Amino acid sequence: MAVVQDTKLAVELSSAGTSAGRRWADRAMTGLVVLAFLIALIPLVSVSWTVIVRGIGRLTPYFLSVSMRGVYGGMDAGGIYHAIMGTLIITLLATLISVPIGLMTAIYLVEYGKGPLARWVTFFVDVMTGIPSIVAGLFAYALFALILGPGIRSGFVGAVALSVLMIPVVVRSCEEMLRLVPNELREASYALGVPKWLTVVRIVLRTAIAGITTGVMLSIARVIGETAPLLLVAGQTDSINLNPFSGRMMTLPVYIYSQYRQGLVPCAADATDCIATINYDRAWAAALTLIIIVMGLNLIARLISRLFSPKTGK
Amino acid sequence: MSAHRADTVEVAIPDSVQSDLRHGRASMVNRFFQWAATFSGTLILLTLAAVTAFLVLEAMPAFTTPTDELAHDVSWYTEAGFFAYVGPLVFGTLLAALIALIVGTPLAIGIGLFISHYAPRRLAQGLGYLVDLLAAIPSVVYGLWGAMVLAPAIVPVQDFLSTYLGWIPLFAGPPSTPARTAFTAGLVLAVMILPIVTAVCREVFLQTPRLHEEAALALGATKLELISTAVLPFARGGIVSGAMLGLGRALGETMAVLLILSPGATYSLFILQAGKHQTIAANIAAQFPEANTSGVSLLIATGLVLFLITLVVNMIARWIVARRAEFSGAN
Repeated sequence: MAVVQDTKLAVELSSAGTSAGRRWADRAMTGLVVLAFLIALIPLVSVSWTVIVRGIGRLTPYFLSVSMRGVYGGMDAGGIYHAIMGTLIITLLATLISVPIGLMTAIYLVEYGKGPLARWVTFFVDVMTGIPSIVAGLFAYALFALILGPGIRSGFVGAVALSVLMIPVVVRSCEEMLRLVPNELREASYALGVPKWLTVVRIVLRTAIAGITTGVMLSIARVIGETAPLLLVAGQTDSINLNPFSGRMMTLPVYIYSQYRQGLVPCAADATDCIATINYDRAWAAALTLIIIVMGLNLIARLISRLFSPKTGK
Repeated sequence: MSAHRADTVEVAIPDSVQSDLRHGRASMVNRFFQWAATFSGTLILLTLAAVTAFLVLEAMPAFTTPTDELAHDVSWYTEAGFFAYVGPLVFGTLLAALIALIVGTPLAIGIGLFISHYAPRRLAQGLGYLVDLLAAIPSVVYGLWGAMVLAPAIVPVQDFLSTYLGWIPLFAGPPSTPARTAFTAGLVLAVMILPIVTAVCREVFLQTPRLHEEAALALGATKLELISTAVLPFARGGIVSGAMLGLGRALGETMAVLLILSPGATYSLFILQAGKHQTIAANIAAQFPEANTSGVSLLIATGLVLFLITLVVNMIARWIVARRAEFSGAN
């Protein structure tokens, strides 16, 4: 810390002897940099504010506990139960697919990987991080269309699409955490004659478990808001469907999109049970629900990493 | 002596493991575990190969079927052929992504500098976390916000641009109301790529060698001069790769564009006018749910084009990062 204070002192001392022009430019730069940060806060504040203000009114226990079945026109009814269940099921399936593969790949890269194969895997994990989500959706569709015929829509296909997006994130974060495990622990374990696989499972993974959990939570938070691939392969429905292997499945992001697409409802002037903006209201309330879920996951992830991460020397 | 040492080692092995070792099970499990790990790694390569292969397979009918037959099957496809169809989409994709990049990169550099060199040390991490929060908002929510809040609100800005800068073809009027334009979509994309570009910039700014900074200060540099002589030259590669990563994101972003942009298929530079542009990703999302078999394979073909574009952009970005890591003095 002492060094930082020295730097500050040095800046103050040096600016004492500078010409007005240079000082002016320096101040202008400071202003610009602060301005850039403030500009970035505008959308953050505006999005959060709008979603909360427009969504909170409709976000009731009723809204969370019913589906959209039999809801039409400007009826003051309908909810997101089917979409929440769909999102939970699809995300859970995607997690079940991605975490074992991602974790094992990370173990391979850290504990076993040498030579060209490891380099290729690292490189292509990076490339995979950049696959557009809609292309992941197309891939899942193409894969299942070849096996099961065209027009396939189901929750499981959606889960496969999300896995393509999730695996590289899991690999990256797990790899980072495994590399943080001190080599002394591994060597101590080998010195006791423990075989390598047991060392990895009992020593390395156990030490890194908090970080891995955090990474997995963050990757879930990332894919739970994905819309485009699910729009393509999980489809839309108004009813509750709890079977990911058959039939269309609604998810929260797709619900938001489909409600927005339905737009304003034309209401008769004397209608009492008709709300013109009902679809938008539902979209905002669902958006608020989704943001609460995502932020909650982020928060839990950070809490886990703060509370359970092994204390290092630093 | 050596026998004695072997004895002590054997005592230290846990019982369960010892029995495993004696039966040769441990080495088998060991080999299986290594095999499973290697297999998972290979699976990533296979997946990527499969993505490409399946997309090509499903896209094939779009190229092998005669154009007039396709045009007959698919209402939004004309006899002009595939490249006439995908051309404006590629143009729209690049246009929106470039607007995002032009607006987003300077902002990200500014925010990165603010967090790394200007903000009080104690606040810096918390402020950085605020910017990361932007990445936690789902894209569909950005789309909803862009279409219902930003598009009406940005109209005065568009009017201003077209009145005073209308002589530049880019800002030629009449600007559309509400602003369902490439301009608005680009701005929202800029916000969406801000977190990743900022994260990369912040990292490289923080890595500036201490000695370079102190040398600049010792020569009497102001903070601005410190930044322009020590920090920015060191960070140039990092900034470029961060921008490329952001570009990759912006190219593939679907929902925000789908909700905001009023689509059209032209090579128009007029970013303030609605109904002129569409991106590949948004077009797929818009047409796919209703498309028939021929339509689907056409859309997958356009998806393949998008995949190739983002692949190239990301590879260049990674290559710059890798080259920088090798040659910079940071390590």
